[in-house]
Amino acid sequence: MTTSLKGNWLLILALSLISAPLVIMYGFQLIDSVSRPAPGGIIPQEWELTNWRFLWERIDSARPSIWRVTLNTFVFASATALLVCAFSITAAYALSRLNFPARRFFLAGLIMLHAFPTITLIIAIFIVLQFLGLYDSLIGVILVKAALELPFGIWIMKGFYDSVPWEIEMAGVQDGASRFRVWRELILPQVKPGLSALLIFSFLAGWSEFILPLVLAPGADAQVLATYMNAVIADDTRPDYGLFKAIGMFYALPVIAVYLLFQKRLMNIYGGGTKG
Amino acid sequence: MRIELQNFTKRFGDTTVIEDMSLSVASGEMIALLGPSGCGKSTTLFAISGIHRIDGGTLHFGDRDVTRLPPQDRPVGVVFQNYALYPHMSVAENIGFPLRVQKLKPAEIKSRVGEMAELVQIGNLLKRKPQQLSGGQQQRVALARALVRKPDVLLLDEPLANLDAKLRLEMRSEIRRLQRETGITAILVTHDQIEAMSMCDRIALMKDGRIEQISTPAEMYERPASRYVAGFLGNPPISFVNADANGRLAFGDNALPLPSGIAAQGPVVIGLRPEHFGPQHQGPCVSGQVSFIEPQGREDLIDVTLPDGQRLRAIVPAGHDVALGQTVNWQVDLSRIHLFDAEGARL
Repeated sequence: MTTSLKGNWLLILALSLISAPLVIMYGFQLIDSVSRPAPGGIIPQEWELTNWRFLWERIDSARPSIWRVTLNTFVFASATALLVCAFSITAAYALSRLNFPARRFFLAGLIMLHAFPTITLIIAIFIVLQFLGLYDSLIGVILVKAALELPFGIWIMKGFYDSVPWEIEMAGVQDGASRFRVWRELILPQVKPGLSALLIFSFLAGWSEFILPLVLAPGADAQVLATYMNAVIADDTRPDYGLFKAIGMFYALPVIAVYLLFQKRLMNIYGGGTKG
Repeated sequence: MRIELQNFTKRFGDTTVIEDMSLSVASGEMIALLGPSGCGKSTTLFAISGIHRIDGGTLHFGDRDVTRLPPQDRPVGVVFQNYALYPHMSVAENIGFPLRVQKLKPAEIKSRVGEMAELVQIGNLLKRKPQQLSGGQQQRVALARALVRKPDVLLLDEPLANLDAKLRLEMRSEIRRLQRETGITAILVTHDQIEAMSMCDRIALMKDGRIEQISTPAEMYERPASRYVAGFLGNPPISFVNADANGRLAFGDNALPLPSGIAAQGPVVIGLRPEHFGPQHQGPCVSGQVSFIEPQGREDLIDVTLPDGQRLRAIVPAGHDVALGQTVNWQVDLSRIHLFDAEGARL
C-alpha cells in the first residue's frame, strides 16, 4: 500500500473535487435546516430548530401530519420491495432454469421493459387504475410501482440464479427432493445476497418515487413524503425554504442510513451474483 | 441390482445424441463408460439417473421398469464432477439431506450420517462447511451423500477430474473399496483410460453415441475390437503402421510374417504396442532410425522412424546404449501385434 500512497492521494483529490458540489449541497441543507442565514447571504446568523417544527406540529391545518405521511411512504416503499422480491425470486428462477414456451420472448421483453421510459405509460396506467377503482389509493400506486420495478428485479435475480451450478439442483433432485423443495432449501440460500440487495434497492426506489404518487394518488390520504414536499413548496405564496430544507433532510435521512448500513450488500448487485 | 438399458435413444432437439444403445450391468458390478468428450457417456449416465428423459427404449433396475420414473423415485445415488455439495450446509447436513427428505427421525438421521461418515473416513469433519474442505474431502462427502440412502445403483460422473494427481490415485482405490464394501452396482463415467481400467470390472468404450466395445479391461487391451479401441487404451499409445498384406505384411523396406490364423489381402493397419517392440524381445526384426528418446527413469520411450517415414514407438529398459540417429534393428513380439482392415475393424 505504501508504494501506491502517492497515487491514492491523487485519486482522493480528484474524487474530492468531483464530489465537492454534492457534499456542499448536503452540508448546507443540514446547516440551513437548523439555522437562519442573513437575507440573501449564506453564513448562518443564529441557530434554531423552528424549521423542524413540522415534526411536532401541523405546519398547515389543511395538511396531514408528517407522521402519517411518513407511515404512508414506509408502507409504500416496503410493500413495493416485498412485492418486487416475491415476484422476482420466482419469475427469475423460472426464466433461469425452466424450459417453458416463449421463454426467449419473456427474456427479450424483460430487457425491453427494463430500458423502457415508464413515464410514457402514465396515462394508460391512470386509465387502468381509474377503471379498477384504485386511483388515488396507496394500493394502486404500490401495484404500479412494483410492476415497473419488476423487470429490473427479475433481471438481477436471474443473474444470481444463473451463477448457481446446475449440479446442485440435480443433486437435490437425485437426493429425492421435489423441485419446489430444491428451490427453497438448496437454491434460494445461494441467491440470498442478491435477494437482500434487491430488497434494499427496491425499498429505496419506492422511498424516493415521486411521479407515480403525484399523478396516481394526489389526494391527502395517500400522500407520501415526496409529494408532501412538493405540496409544501408549491402551495405557499411565501415559500419557507428553511422548512423545505428541514423536511428534505428528514426525507433523506433513512436513505443515508440504509446506504451506510448496507453498503456492502448493495455492491453485490453489481457483482452480477458472484460470491461476495 | 442389475441394470438393463435396452435400445436407449436420446435426442436433444433435432440432434440424436444416442441411438439404439443397449447396456447391461450385472448386480454388484462396476462398469466404466469410457470415451472422449461428446461421445454421449454423461448423457447415458444422466438418463439412468433420471435427470434426462429417455426418448426411446427401456431401463430396468432388476425386474422393475424405471423408464418413466422421475429421478426422485429412482434408487440411485449420483456423484457429480464438481461434487455439487450444498454450500450453505455443514458436512453432516449435506450427508443427511436425502434422509431429511425421506422424513426420517433426527436421531436415525444422525446415526446413519455418522455411520456413513465413518465409512468414507470423514467422521471428524461433520461440522465443517464444504468450502473448508480439500478436494478429496469434498469428494468423500459427495460419496457419503450419494450412498446414505442406500441406493441400488451408484453413478459417478467424472468423479476424479477435479482432483490433483496424487489425490486422484488415492480416491481411485478409495471409490473402488467403497463399491466393493457396499456391493453396490456402479457406473463410472470417465474420459481417462487409466481410471476406467484400474477401477472397473468392465469397460464400455463409447464413440459417437455407440458402444464400440464392451469387455474386461484386460480383454479390451489384449484384443481391441477396432483400431479406435486400440488407440484409446494404452499409455504410451499404440503405434499404427500402414502395411500391405500379401502373404506377409510389407511396409517400406520392412516386412513381417502374417501371424498364424489370419488371412489378409491388400492394405491393412498394424497396431503395435510400445511394450512389444524393442531389443529385449524375441521375434522378427524391423529396422529404422532412432528419432526421439524420452527418458522415464525405469525405462525410456524411444521413437523409431522407419525408412518409409512411418513411426514405431518402443519401451526399452533403462541402461541401453541407444543414441539418437542410430540405426536399429529391433524385434517385434509377433504374437502381440493387432491387425485391422482399412475400415479399422479387427482382423
